[in-house]
Amino acid sequence: MSKKITIEPVTRVEGHGKVTILMDDQAQVKETRLHIVEFRGFERFVQGRPYWEAPVLVQRLCGICPVSHHIAAAKALDVIVGAGNGDGLTAVGEKMRRLMHYGQFFQSHVLHFFHLSSPDFLFGIDGDPALRNIIGVAQHHKDLAVQGVMMRKFGQEVIKVTAGKKIHGTGAIPGGINKNLSIEERDSLLVGTELLNADKMVDWSLAALEFFKNYHTNNKTQLDNFAAFPSNHLSLVRKDGALDIYHGVLRAVDAEGKRILDDVDYHEYYNYIEEEVRNWSYMKFPYLKHLGKEKGWYRVGPLARLNTCDFIPTPLAQKEFEEYKSYTHGKPNNMSLHYHWARLIEILHSAEVIRDLLNDPDLQNEDLIVKGEKQLEGVGVIEAPRGTLFHHYKINEQDLITMANLIVSTTNNNEPMNLAVNKTAHAFMDGQAQISEPMMNAVEVAIRAYDPCLSCATHAIGQMPLEVNLIGPDGQMIDQKMKNG
Amino acid sequence: MENQIKIVIDGREITAEKGKTILEIARENGIFIPTLCHFKGADPKANCRVCTIKINNRMMTSCTTPAADGMEIENETPELNDIRKSIIELLFVCGNHFCPTCEKSGDCELQALAYRYQMMVPRFPYDFPQKAVDSSSPKILKEQNRCISCKRCIKTIKDEKGRHYFAFKNRGNKLEVVLDPDMGMEISDKLAQIAMKNCPVGSIIYKGKGFDQPIGTRKYDKTPIGG
Repeated sequence: MSKKITIEPVTRVEGHGKVTILMDDQAQVKETRLHIVEFRGFERFVQGRPYWEAPVLVQRLCGICPVSHHIAAAKALDVIVGAGNGDGLTAVGEKMRRLMHYGQFFQSHVLHFFHLSSPDFLFGIDGDPALRNIIGVAQHHKDLAVQGVMMRKFGQEVIKVTAGKKIHGTGAIPGGINKNLSIEERDSLLVGTELLNADKMVDWSLAALEFFKNYHTNNKTQLDNFAAFPSNHLSLVRKDGALDIYHGVLRAVDAEGKRILDDVDYHEYYNYIEEEVRNWSYMKFPYLKHLGKEKGWYRVGPLARLNTCDFIPTPLAQKEFEEYKSYTHGKPNNMSLHYHWARLIEILHSAEVIRDLLNDPDLQNEDLIVKGEKQLEGVGVIEAPRGTLFHHYKINEQDLITMANLIVSTTNNNEPMNLAVNKTAHAFMDGQAQISEPMMNAVEVAIRAYDPCLSCATHAIGQMPLEVNLIGPDGQMIDQKMKNG
Repeated sequence: MENQIKIVIDGREITAEKGKTILEIARENGIFIPTLCHFKGADPKANCRVCTIKINNRMMTSCTTPAADGMEIENETPELNDIRKSIIELLFVCGNHFCPTCEKSGDCELQALAYRYQMMVPRFPYDFPQKAVDSSSPKILKEQNRCISCKRCIKTIKDEKGRHYFAFKNRGNKLEVVLDPDMGMEISDKLAQIAMKNCPVGSIIYKGKGFDQPIGTRKYDKTPIGG
């Protein structure tokens, strides 16, 4: 008898999604889908608003990494106010934005690893669901929980001194930034307190990496094989091939490492990327135009970034990067759960960059803004924690926005997440008559690796209980399991 | 002392000059009475009613009422503050005020009063009126969604010949304050910035400088309205 399994909503991810799994008469997985079932429509209601409102307005897409939208929009508007194509700001303008962005990167990655994913590693995918959450981590691994909380706090404090407040600030404005960094603000982070300073963040980032690498050593089969599949990878890289999350050119590699997009000016992204709409999801499916829908889809985010870049421009992260790359003999890493490893290397890199920037005297400069000849169109692209983020705006002669197109990081990972769900469903559910909670969690673990922000991707936000329904071919409910997120 | 009068505000006896309004006397003596439409240097018209006080048990607007000897005035009372809060709430529901994305946030008198009177949840249904944004002037964006028709811009923004840049248009619930389309094309940078400053809300926006005031340094970030 064929069955339809629904996991709704998916838990411990940002936003609201559901999974349906269709099983055939022989209890084999026939088809799987990750549906994104909500819609917000920021691209529409930003129309008619003055362009300088965009960085403040569109960041409301998200409460986890609003800085990404804030900066991507500001970069697009830099073009509109004639401040160059992403590299024309003053030193303090660009470096304050970078500090804000790396602070956000740090806190968002930390949130994902410690708060959302560490329960799966500490208690196991099939661990007791009552423990397998951040409260369980706090009860049974207090030191790790404290590190997670304090690291996230540090990132939030970096955002506060650059954007004015921890969530939904106003720091980045068209053509630059609205404040520099005072000596007091700098010292509050550089010297800080015993548990909250830049050096401590580097130490703890290294410790988190060690924790993961040890876990990997003891669980290689699981981490290397779980939802692993070959794919293309896309990200921004600096002109010289370095990892750079603020500015650069677009680069994509295939599963073997061959460059399929190289040195592409992101202002022309629309010549290279197309989005497909499917009628069962509010999230679009982007792909590289020249490879087509079937072969052109790609992954973004930490795994992709470490596959596309040639090196990391901070010493400790570079050392970890070399070890990470040697594991796949220099070839692209296509293992979904290695997203966590890559993410932890990026946490370390962010901590190093933040420490370096805090020591940079340019941050006390006063020349905050650059402006030139006004343009009517601008594109801004950055690497958000979850992947490449595109903002594209057009305005009219009266300064009002007439068009906005956002390709949000998670949207880029739509096809890979669907594939990860499919792989996991086959691995855990084929031939199973009953669906257990660990099987459901395994599907979520696959999605969780991508750290999706479904609310950003679809412009939606929602509650996160979990519901699984087994429905027979006649539509009758056979079995149902529920839990609260 | 023929030129002097004595009044009492919330039990405090005050000696003041004859001929002044209650609002003027209160401000001179460090007593806060909320205002929105009132603007120093412009004739008070009692448009917004938020400065309502009680004189000898009768509701009056403090910006237009001259003080008289022996007046017993109530100001900071639960009853009056609830009336003020209601006026503010009505102003919010009559327009489309989205503070999170308004660049006047932190400098906005309406928002500051909403905080002061602890406007937590709406008591009145939202009107969600269809309002336009006039961006035709190269210097000013007139955001009708946020206008509270206080007339401050009409009264204070004039050219050297005394001509008004702003004026009322339509009547009743269609009433709007609009920027003269021809004069709006020629308004100076300086006057456009003064217009933005004089507006108690975010209805008049000087173009090209959005959000340049960092959070933490805005007018009401550190000191709430009324202290």
